[in-house]
Amino acid sequence: MSNDIAVNMKNITVRFVETLANDDISLSIKKGEIFAIVGENGAGKTTLMNVLAGQIQPTLGSVEILGSTVTTFSPTAAIKAGIGMVHQHFMLIDSFTVAQNIVLGHEPKKPAKFGIFFDNKAAVRFTEDLIREYGLEVPPNARVRDLGVGLQQRVEILKALALGSKVLILDEPTAVLTPSETDELFKIIRKLKEKGHTIIIITHKLYEVMEISDRVAVLRAGKLAGIEETKNLSESKLASMMVGHELSFESIPRDETVKTPVLDIKNLTVSNARGLIAINDLNLTINSGEIVGIAGVEGNGQSELAQAITGLRPALKGSIYLNGIEITKQSPEKIRKLGLAHIPEDRIKTGLSKQASIWENLLVGKQRRREFAWLKLHLRRDKISKYSKEVYNQFDVRGAGIHIPVGSLSGGNMQKIVVGREFSFENTRAYVISQPTRGLDIAAMQFIHKQIINKRNEGAAILLISADLDEIFMLSDRICTLFEGKITAEFDPKTASKEKVGLAMLTHSKEEVCENS
Amino acid sequence: MSEFLAAFFTVFNVMLFQNTLRTATPIVLAGLGGLFTDHAGIMNIGMDGMMLIGAFTAVMGTYYFQSAFMGIVLAIVVGVLLGLFFGLFVIKFKSDEFIIGVALNIFAGGITIFLLRTLTGVKGAFPLPKSLGLPTVSIPLLDKIPIINELFNNNSILVYICWLLVIICYLVVYKTPYGFRLRAAGEHPQALRSIGVSPDFIKYSASVICGILCCLAGAHLSLGYLTQFSENMSASRGFIAFACIIFGRSNPIKVFLAALLFGFFDALGLRLQNIIPANLTLIIPYAATIFVLVIAALQSKRKSKLSELKLNKV
Ligand SMILES: Nc1ncnc2c1ncn2[C@@H]1O[C@H](COP(=O)(O)OP(=O)(O)OP(=O)(O)O)[C@@H](O)[C@H]1O
Ligand SMILES: [Mg+2]
Repeated sequence: MSNDIAVNMKNITVRFVETLANDDISLSIKKGEIFAIVGENGAGKTTLMNVLAGQIQPTLGSVEILGSTVTTFSPTAAIKAGIGMVHQHFMLIDSFTVAQNIVLGHEPKKPAKFGIFFDNKAAVRFTEDLIREYGLEVPPNARVRDLGVGLQQRVEILKALALGSKVLILDEPTAVLTPSETDELFKIIRKLKEKGHTIIIITHKLYEVMEISDRVAVLRAGKLAGIEETKNLSESKLASMMVGHELSFESIPRDETVKTPVLDIKNLTVSNARGLIAINDLNLTINSGEIVGIAGVEGNGQSELAQAITGLRPALKGSIYLNGIEITKQSPEKIRKLGLAHIPEDRIKTGLSKQASIWENLLVGKQRRREFAWLKLHLRRDKISKYSKEVYNQFDVRGAGIHIPVGSLSGGNMQKIVVGREFSFENTRAYVISQPTRGLDIAAMQFIHKQIINKRNEGAAILLISADLDEIFMLSDRICTLFEGKITAEFDPKTASKEKVGLAMLTHSKEEVCENS
Repeated sequence: MSEFLAAFFTVFNVMLFQNTLRTATPIVLAGLGGLFTDHAGIMNIGMDGMMLIGAFTAVMGTYYFQSAFMGIVLAIVVGVLLGLFFGLFVIKFKSDEFIIGVALNIFAGGITIFLLRTLTGVKGAFPLPKSLGLPTVSIPLLDKIPIINELFNNNSILVYICWLLVIICYLVVYKTPYGFRLRAAGEHPQALRSIGVSPDFIKYSASVICGILCCLAGAHLSLGYLTQFSENMSASRGFIAFACIIFGRSNPIKVFLAALLFGFFDALGLRLQNIIPANLTLIIPYAATIFVLVIAALQSKRKSKLSELKLNKV
């Protein structure tokens, strides 16, 4: 075996009870290469990487890491062999500091001779050295829960580097990042490459693949559909390799309807989980048949705004009206009854119950309806089954039927369950939609976008919060930038430029934007 | 008036505080054990049963080997087994921790009565000679100082061990690598697994520590003062310990203080027996538990209100 190979996977097959997640995949990745893996939701990307990271034992096949054959599949063995993985869903202890997270599992001890106690100073020093070595700025003494996702991701990368990993796996790292944070991440990736690390990156954004990678592997339904040098590819070629046929990018027609105010927010002030002001005296009106996109860097009050409207977080001041009825102090259940649906940003924590089955997750919110519950007491399985299957098929969920737990679906397919449930409430007048396509493949993203515009055409008022500026531009009728809990500027997506909006996301007032441009 | 004063002083005297320390000890020990499982993310309501079994084995061990030391050793061994047993169901088989806890409590009540009757033929209570009780420790110079002497001297050895354990547990939980992993295992076990540390191993260890400390708590109950085992003698102290863990937010020092508070009410109940009907005084510690928990709940509510008020001023 030539020794410029970092990872060699042979005939990897992973079978879960009802699905063949990986089907006879063989590929090898060179040292110092940036290797991208793409594929539709549920194609088996995460599973394949979990095999490499020792989280899953393959049903068949063998793995060689940096020249030595893997005999036991365990996280410890993978770490020893030089694999580090930044998971799609972060693996950080929120209540610990950055330094404590980084040294977890190999804690420095004091006093030197006996080594009983945890040496926090040494942990901080270790972290500072690491930060200096890789040029990845993070505050070592800050608590992880106080950091934004971008910084949390850096902690994850540092954590892997601290364990001595030579091969770094990043599972959809850009899904949670803003464009500028993505740029930062790519700089880091290039720097790691220079230092001789091998990077494996999973992403659904094809222009990112074109920008960062040296080679790409395409997975389709568990099989390897092809490996190519990135320079021989184009985005559209890649897209058709992924889905197996040409993708059409037709634009979705928009109807112009009569516009009446539906969702009305007046002088809203909301605090965040730590008691600090997150939304500060905000005013916003959304009309029927209108999509208002909220653009902003994460942590400027987006989450709190969505939570306040949907009744998940109390408003300190101000009021919110839905069709003229005040919903400020109502329960989430009542607000939903009045015609509001919500796609929460965090599908795992708020959107779904991971242990519950798919049909149960799809039923939530409709469980008291006469059609699904006899006398509101006894669930009618046949009716529920029929409805769940409809949603499941309509949203093209790729999994093993409606009876398996949601937690065993791939990340993107979990998202489809949330969207499917929220979009199947009839008589919904307004939608609060946060990060609707986070982790979705292009086809699924197109489909969801079409659904959102259809709802708009049917006359719903839609508040769209997304870290993806392209998505905001494509869907919105009006773009508002949110900065430190205030709406700082408003744009018309047909005339505004992305640069201008991007700038407004970082400044206090419209005047500054105008001055700077 | 003087009658009232006299009555007052039969209740509120040094003895009261002496009793406080004594009655608090089993609660402290069980609370220290339970806070380990609590940090590891296991809700353990089976502490009461563990205590009862510990009390029973301590007495039986002492009886068969004619030595309190062997009684304690046996209680510790059984504590390890109980911890492993509890861990097996909760961690390995992933059974509902609540149900396993309840089952353990019911099982403990039954098995101790059954074994007591078959092994000794005694119903109700099985007393041992006073000489077989736990040794007391007398600290030399302390007997010169009046009140301090009565409070802190000549207690059973487990009382001193218990005080030492409070500090040790505090250090273990907050200052050692093990403590960090323990808290990580409770907060995000998957994160530990991904860096090659087994969260299950940590959970088992917490469960075993809990078993040992609960059985020690039981041993103190049966050997520390009365030197006898009586049926259901734990009298829900395991649940009071659970309340202390919640009240003290699983911090060993705070759990200790909370346990002292409950010990005080317990002792107060005992001393009031001369004045008020015993049936009524027995409620005191339990009523106090509920009362304090309600206060704790209200307190945290008021705190969040307060922070809202501060915000409005901003
Ligand atoms: N623990 C599990 N138990 C059962 N099935 C699973 C499990 N994990 C994954 N699967 C199934 O394996 C298939 C591949 O999943 P995987 O998570 O690898 O997809 P993915 O390519 O990462 O998708 P996404 O882009 O949505 O993250 C899916 O059909 C999924 O339902
Ligand atoms: Mg995935």
